[in-house]
Amino acid sequence: MYDAPASEQKVTQNETKIAARNVQVFYGSTHAIKDVNVEIEDKTVTAFIGPSGCGKSTFLRCLNRMNDTIDICRVEGDILLDGEDIYDARVDPVQLRAKVGMVFQKPNPFPKSIYDNIAYGPRIHGLAKNKADLDDIVEKSLRRGAIWDEVKDRLHAPGTGLSGGQQQRLCIARAVATEPEVLLMDEPCSALDPIATGQVEELIDELRENYSVVIVTHSMQQAARVSQKTAFFHLGNLVEYGETGQIFTNPVDPRTESYITGRIG
Amino acid sequence: MTDATSTPPGGGARTKSSLMTLDNRVRRRNAAEARFRAYGIAAVTVGLIFLALLLFAIVRNGVPAFTQTFMTIPVELKADKLDKNGNRDIEEIKKVSTFGYKPLIIDAMSRTLADNGIESPFAKDKDLEKMVSASASAQIRDFVIANPGRIGETVDFRVLASSRVDGYMKGRVAREDLARDKNLDAEHLDVTDALNEAGVLKREFNWAFILGADASESRPEQAGIGVSMLGSFFMMLVVLGLALPIGVAASIYLEEFAPKNRWTDLIEVNISNLAAVPSIVFGILGLAVFIQFAHLPQSAPLVGGLVLTLMTLPTIIISTRASLKAVPPSIRDAALGVGASKMQSVFHHVLPLAMPGILTGTIIGLAQALGETAPLLLIGMVGYIASNYPDGIASGFLDPNSAMPAQIYEWAKRADPAYYERAWGGIIILLLFLMTMNIIAIILRRRFERRW
Repeated sequence: MYDAPASEQKVTQNETKIAARNVQVFYGSTHAIKDVNVEIEDKTVTAFIGPSGCGKSTFLRCLNRMNDTIDICRVEGDILLDGEDIYDARVDPVQLRAKVGMVFQKPNPFPKSIYDNIAYGPRIHGLAKNKADLDDIVEKSLRRGAIWDEVKDRLHAPGTGLSGGQQQRLCIARAVATEPEVLLMDEPCSALDPIATGQVEELIDELRENYSVVIVTHSMQQAARVSQKTAFFHLGNLVEYGETGQIFTNPVDPRTESYITGRIG
Repeated sequence: MTDATSTPPGGGARTKSSLMTLDNRVRRRNAAEARFRAYGIAAVTVGLIFLALLLFAIVRNGVPAFTQTFMTIPVELKADKLDKNGNRDIEEIKKVSTFGYKPLIIDAMSRTLADNGIESPFAKDKDLEKMVSASASAQIRDFVIANPGRIGETVDFRVLASSRVDGYMKGRVAREDLARDKNLDAEHLDVTDALNEAGVLKREFNWAFILGADASESRPEQAGIGVSMLGSFFMMLVVLGLALPIGVAASIYLEEFAPKNRWTDLIEVNISNLAAVPSIVFGILGLAVFIQFAHLPQSAPLVGGLVLTLMTLPTIIISTRASLKAVPPSIRDAALGVGASKMQSVFHHVLPLAMPGILTGTIIGLAQALGETAPLLLIGMVGYIASNYPDGIASGFLDPNSAMPAQIYEWAKRADPAYYERAWGGIIILLLFLMTMNIIAIILRRRFERRW
């Protein structure tokens, strides 16, 4: 069920970062993702929209194999990162997740200091040779997370003591600290107030310079604001994928139109 | 708005009601709630009354065991009795058994009476012997062997009064009881009263009860719980050393790594069942496996510890798994999301967060093991160790010993009411240990508890 071929819509400036080919996902006997083909570009924000339970989060979690932790989950088809199949038997998900970072719906800082939250990833991946190196990485990541100025005087205070919006930016900073190539965000603003949401969206826009960002969102306004590409999922199908402007102003599929005009979903 | 839409769904016209008066339905509901609260308060009160009664009984019966009646008597270490040849040869002095010291004590007693102007009511001085603990002659003999040079002198000894004298001082032995007691008669109590007035008898705090060894049936005044306390301590070391690592490793594997299939389900059910197995079953299992099959020594703290480990493991596994489950999955996601391996996410993030729960479960498990008696009886952890440490427990884990609850059981079994009192005293010590452990558990939980 692939209605709008991506190739027709694409006004390509960037190369493909992740390519999904005929991806099927099953939870036990439930067919959660049905035959999804999509090409996610580098240095682009791609938004996944769709009603609850349409499979957008499930698909997102396939992209860094977070679904491996669910016993009954089974993935078929190919997902290629820079042309390499991430579900290949030789791929260690740990290495993959260092390249494909993830930010979750609820801010989930470790119950440790702000510094340790950021330093944890670089430490386990051996990215820092010494303490000064690590300090550098922490500062750089916090700056990229647009939270440095707020926390630079209390790096050793617990990360859980920050406000919700700060926590989420901390989590984004933590995700970029391992120098990923792709950043997956699963409804990163759903637990935040409008001001914090605005800050995080601004941040996402800045991150586009260095990363390929994939964001799952419930808010169509947010998708319209932050993304260049939008994919609409419905009942496990990828209904339509294309330029964000085109999807919101001139959708090809009637289901997409119904959703963005508020008639379904 | 028509009449039809404003009619309540129940139909019929709505009667005007005031908020100031309760309708019947609300009144019934309020009454039901008040009744329920009364039941709750009654239940809590009954519980508290029983607790208060228990504590009162324990303190009332047990506290006297911590004091003991001592008397100071001047004993003349007669050279003609202790060292007949007069050559101060230590080997020859050792040949004089404790029986040889009895006359000295009897002399000392009659001299004490004379010094204090008390007339002996007995035809024979020998009857005075019953007032002094049988341990006195051993105490004096030990002194003489250690200081042979002092033979011939008169030395003041602080000796234990016999358990009946002690009981009379504590009010445990009354004059009415004498009819049933061959060991004492009214004259003894008269002398006791007189000595007490003269200040020779003193009731003092008795460290030997807390630190000392058990004593024979006939001298309860000498018995202490110290050696069995050490037995319990060695057992707890074994339990802690085995149950904590095994239990935590098993729980982490089952909770975080094991696939969910029929086998792990079976294991889970069995662990839950094991937690409910009566402890005596573990005792007989330990008897069969550790003693009869593996030929480990009987009555040894090692075997006791192994049996208690088996008993404690399910408790530790269940509480550890519960605290691992309580760690929010978002923490695991966060760790996996930055590229931590499964093991790193467990050891760096999940385990530290679960630590307070694990420690609490372990300490509760240890406390349970500390108070366990039945399995110890089956493996013979009721060793009668009358010599005080360090002689009695030279090598600890493999030497016969007893444990606190087993010792208490032994004392409660003995006929002499003086031992009954000591059983209560032992219970106080056991409860103090358990309370300490529970307090440590609470402190640890408070200290390590973090919010996320």
